[in-house]
Amino acid sequence: MSGFYTLLHKELLRFWKVGLQSIFAPIIATLIYLLIFSHVLEERVEAQPGVAYTTFLIPGLVMMAMLQNAFANSASSLIQSKISGSIVFILLSPLSYMEIFVAYVLASIVRGLLVGVGVYLSTLLFFDVPLQSLLWIFVFALLGNGFLGALGIIAAIWAEKFDQLAAFQNFVILPLTFLSGVFYTIHSLPPFWEDLSQFNPFFYVIDGFRYGFFGVSDISPYFSITIVAICFLTVSWITLLILKSGYKLRQ
Amino acid sequence: MIPAIEVKKVYKHFGSVNALVGIDLEIEQGEFFALLGPNGAGKTTLINILAGLTLPSNGVARIMGHDVVTSYREARRIVGVVPQELVFDPFFSVRETLSIQSGYYGLRNNDAWIDEVICGLGLLNKENANMRTLSGGMKRRVLVAQALVHKPPVIVLDEPTAGVDVELRQSLWYFIKQLNRDGHTIVLTTHYLDEAEALCSRIAMLKQGKIVALDSTRNLINSTNGCLIRLHLSSDTLPLELYPLLESYTEDCFILRVNNYSKIENVLAELRTAQIRVLEMELMQPDLEEVFVKIMGNTEDLESV
Repeated sequence: MSGFYTLLHKELLRFWKVGLQSIFAPIIATLIYLLIFSHVLEERVEAQPGVAYTTFLIPGLVMMAMLQNAFANSASSLIQSKISGSIVFILLSPLSYMEIFVAYVLASIVRGLLVGVGVYLSTLLFFDVPLQSLLWIFVFALLGNGFLGALGIIAAIWAEKFDQLAAFQNFVILPLTFLSGVFYTIHSLPPFWEDLSQFNPFFYVIDGFRYGFFGVSDISPYFSITIVAICFLTVSWITLLILKSGYKLRQ
Repeated sequence: MIPAIEVKKVYKHFGSVNALVGIDLEIEQGEFFALLGPNGAGKTTLINILAGLTLPSNGVARIMGHDVVTSYREARRIVGVVPQELVFDPFFSVRETLSIQSGYYGLRNNDAWIDEVICGLGLLNKENANMRTLSGGMKRRVLVAQALVHKPPVIVLDEPTAGVDVELRQSLWYFIKQLNRDGHTIVLTTHYLDEAEALCSRIAMLKQGKIVALDSTRNLINSTNGCLIRLHLSSDTLPLELYPLLESYTEDCFILRVNNYSKIENVLAELRTAQIRVLEMELMQPDLEEVFVKIMGNTEDLESV
């Protein structure tokens, strides 16, 4: 068991040692989004009845930052050690594939949460954000980060070069987060796009997370949590199968 | 006694390339064993299978009785592998690298042994340096240290001395010999045949994924026919009777091949009869390189038939 703790500790140290880039930078970037959008749209839009646009935007941005960083953490750690070859030290060790999986996903969750908490606390300096249910917030944050952490493992195992991973990040993760209702409620979309949004798993993560802040959401948080849990478990199961098979790692 | 390493009918294909074609090999505990062969013979593939870095297409490999695929955790605890590629994790210092590696094996409070490894491999004044700042030779030492960090009973070194200076080579082998004396089984690959000859008690030669020779180092060396004598003579011609023995003529010296050293007396007798004086004589020991070249050449002939 303590082999697992070592790997987890190493994965945490890895991003902590470059905290300026891995935690501080995404917090700043998210705050800039917030300042720009709130400045441009505050006067014109009311996203949900009684909820000012900036207030509506904050939970979405917090979750978006968490999802992107949870993905980036496992993905960049794995692809770097894969390309530099230092992954051999993990592959040579008696760590089980389950331990490897859990260590990478937990490290992703921790980084995601640090970024999320950082963004949330800094927005409190400028804006007033309600907080209805910490439990919903925490459960969606946990599952959302875990989901993306596992996706990051799959992407990094599949990618053979940095640009393939970047393609996955730019053509899959980024559009899915941007089009998941971070910046708007999907009820404001034309019917076709509203229907399409319901096939985007990130939509449920963000909608449910937002429910934790306002007690209002586009759809029931129970339905959202079911979808998110199914996504997390399915992706985790696939990741474990891939790790067990040795696909692209132990050829 | 359970063999340290047991390989049974192991095959490995990479697409249409056959890297290993039915390898059978048993290495006893406590042996100092060499895997030799030209580049691409399959040495690294075989080692990677033992290490669990590559899965065999067919066949079984066991380390101290533990199957490397089905009981991989037990097998990996017992074996320490020094990979051929010079790899490192740029985030950490030498000591951090070693204690992390030690932690992967579930070992805490392993500092006494880590200190010993750091000292034994001459890493003492670099232990707090970041891996990025080390020279190639120093990185190689850390790789060896990482493989030894869990004190494995079976140690596999894949070309540990490739591109390494004399000093490290000597200190590395000194340290490894000591481990072998303490009972560790050592398996190595190298292209320096004098190293294999000096260190290893048994040798397997691989070619195109097959074992083409497997014997004790002594038997392999003795398997060359006869021995060579180098003669510097007062005459620049050889008595006719000795011409059938002539192997070559270089730098005013005749090199003759005789079946064994007792035949030297006959050669000297012939020279005396012809009234030729011996100015200088040298007995040339057959070495592993000669055997290696012969075996690799022979099997080539076999295959072209």
